[in-house]
Amino acid sequence: MENIPDLERISGLLDPFRGSPSSVIAMLQEIQEHYRYLPREAFPILAKTTGLSEARIYSLATFYENFSLEPKGRNIIKVCDGTACHVRKSLPILERLRRELGLGPGEVTTKNLDFTVEVVACLGACGLSPVITLNGKAYPAMTPEKASLLLHSVELGEGSE
Amino acid sequence: MLKSRQELKDLREKCERAAKDEVRKILVCSGTGCVASGATDVYDRFKGLLAQLKIPCSVSFIEDGHGVGLKRSGCQALCEKGVLVRVEPEGYLYTKVGVDDCESIVRETIEQGRHVERLAYRDNLGGLCKRVDDIPFFKKQLRLVLENCGNIDAESFLEYLSVGGYSSFEKALFDMEPQAVIEEIAESRLRGRGGGGFPTGTKWRQVARQDLFPKYVVCNGDEGDPGAFMDCSIMEGDPHRMLEGMLIAGRAVGASEGYIYVRAEYPLAVRRLRKAIADLEANGLSGEDILGSGFSFRFRLNRGAGAFVCGEGSALTASIEGKRGFPRVKPPRTVEHGLFDKPTVLNNVETFANVTVIIGRGADFYKKIGTESSPGTKAFSITGNIENTGLIEVPLGMTLKEVIYDVGGGMKGGKRFKAVQIGGPSGACLTEAHFDLPLDFDSLAKAGAMIGSGGLVVADEDTCLVELARFFMNFTQRESCGKCVPCREGTKRMLMILERIVSGNGRPTDLDNLLDLAGTIKATALCGLGKTAPSPVISTITNFREEYLAHIMDKRCPAHSCEKLKKYYIEPELCKGCSKCQKLCPSNAISGKVKETYSIDQFVCSRCGACVPGCKFMAIKEAW
Repeated sequence: MENIPDLERISGLLDPFRGSPSSVIAMLQEIQEHYRYLPREAFPILAKTTGLSEARIYSLATFYENFSLEPKGRNIIKVCDGTACHVRKSLPILERLRRELGLGPGEVTTKNLDFTVEVVACLGACGLSPVITLNGKAYPAMTPEKASLLLHSVELGEGSE
Repeated sequence: MLKSRQELKDLREKCERAAKDEVRKILVCSGTGCVASGATDVYDRFKGLLAQLKIPCSVSFIEDGHGVGLKRSGCQALCEKGVLVRVEPEGYLYTKVGVDDCESIVRETIEQGRHVERLAYRDNLGGLCKRVDDIPFFKKQLRLVLENCGNIDAESFLEYLSVGGYSSFEKALFDMEPQAVIEEIAESRLRGRGGGGFPTGTKWRQVARQDLFPKYVVCNGDEGDPGAFMDCSIMEGDPHRMLEGMLIAGRAVGASEGYIYVRAEYPLAVRRLRKAIADLEANGLSGEDILGSGFSFRFRLNRGAGAFVCGEGSALTASIEGKRGFPRVKPPRTVEHGLFDKPTVLNNVETFANVTVIIGRGADFYKKIGTESSPGTKAFSITGNIENTGLIEVPLGMTLKEVIYDVGGGMKGGKRFKAVQIGGPSGACLTEAHFDLPLDFDSLAKAGAMIGSGGLVVADEDTCLVELARFFMNFTQRESCGKCVPCREGTKRMLMILERIVSGNGRPTDLDNLLDLAGTIKATALCGLGKTAPSPVISTITNFREEYLAHIMDKRCPAHSCEKLKKYYIEPELCKGCSKCQKLCPSNAISGKVKETYSIDQFVCSRCGACVPGCKFMAIKEAW
């Protein structure tokens, strides 16, 4: 995975879309998947390929929750707080993770960019609530203790990708 | 590449024969739930074991239909008991299968046809259920839309053909005029499964009669309601059934492009749909001049980017067009000015899946199921504090009690039933008083609720409904797109009041203010999401006013759930006066003299609980 935005690279990612303005959200998704966030260098290139204004593209990036203008951590933990997970106590799990990672109010990513902790509305695995995902892999029937163990296993270099 | 109707028929026949030859099947549930429980490892383990024991096994059937068919099936519905594995022809269902259990299944069942009892499902009373049909959970269900889900390989186009796949489309394409297709759907009285319950036939008629081209078919797979996963299960477990419904819709209204909008949170659904679409293209069931009929249709897949509002029709089409997902003022409606301002059929995943059933078996068959005004079945995801969580499908009109007790198996851990939230953040809560209420579009609307997408979240006596109302309001507030004032500002104010109430700062006027705001938002918000945002609050106040009053007036949470309303006190008989709690208290709320009794000042105490673990004499108690 690359971390220094490279202009040619970004253009390459956009090639398959052939500059269609209606594909701009898919283009943003492509860039975000590659860099784990939207580097600011991408906006002028996107504007040029699609013919849309940078402001318009920026407005999309801020509207949709999946897009991040800040770099995200190497490991992404999503804590599901859908209704089913909520009534089976998902918030204590979130609190435990945030506390162990030392995340202050409003912070979602650790300073060393190791972890990002996000809350999602529903992952569709309600039968196994409460659920969290680590780098896309789901972990069912979590408890704060299990979440903490999972965190330690990543820190020891086991569950990470 | 199939070039004619006959070629499709031949291939289907070949697949049907192959399916018959394939006597033994191992179906490893590969829905989101079971994948999370380790289904991929179980599948690989079976594959390895069969190879090791030299048992002939086909993963892509058709080539040789003999031996054991190992399949990744769609959701087998008992998500909590995953990984689920079913072995045919015996029909044995195994639950909680781990990698280490695969060997006993192969040795016992595959090699000798014996049942492995320790992996079997047990009902609430501990009774052994060897087969799916023995399980009470399935007895009252009627699986039409989910008929194939869990019974065939979800990723195989050929298997879908082997169960009669694309015969409804074939019928609509060659045996019926487009108008007749629409009339059949209208005749079936199918109502949109996305929440509103609008008659599908009427919608299609409105699109068909316009002379503006191109027209579009759009499938709403943006199932954003927290606690709902029916559409997810259809897209993952039987994607072709939904795609077939879209093809039929395209043929009926004269559209040539179909867009599918799927939530980004459903990566498995996206992957399976992509594969299914590629299979259709490769086999000539999408593209130009399908099967030589002159009808052309192409699929496009769009992934959402995390905005709940995009489940609303006009916001969804805006998002496909590459814009912010803002709903717009209606009319004009989507049927006239839909995607790219063109006439558009916009239906939900489950609706399209129903279309395939109706065209295949006829409106007369379909109307016999369900109620007069709401025919057919409805898939629900049933979750929360209930014994059997999972995916269910029942005829519309089944009573709430039957769904919760006969299908859902009653409350988890023998707790008392308190309420069920139906329809997610746009829905309402129903109580014991509604037990005999038939679950159909009109009865629910009369009770002030709605089917919504079909999420049923069951709450037991330990769930605080004020807190649940706050939870939903927090969700809608966060997801409000911000375009109209009533929703943007109104939900914020309502949330503020609810937060105040659950943290013990509620005021006597709060209930009136909440209902007042709710009325205004309901009447003036721009889109359906805004209009229904206050529903959970209205219904919880109506049904659980006492609980609100306990929070506001007595600063008490009867469900013992709101942490901020917990009180700590020191039991004088147990206190030895060591002063440790005083030192631990960050708010200086504890006072007293050494070797005498200490006490907590309730007005200063911040309810953090820091003192509790510090007391060696267990003198600090909680009170509600």
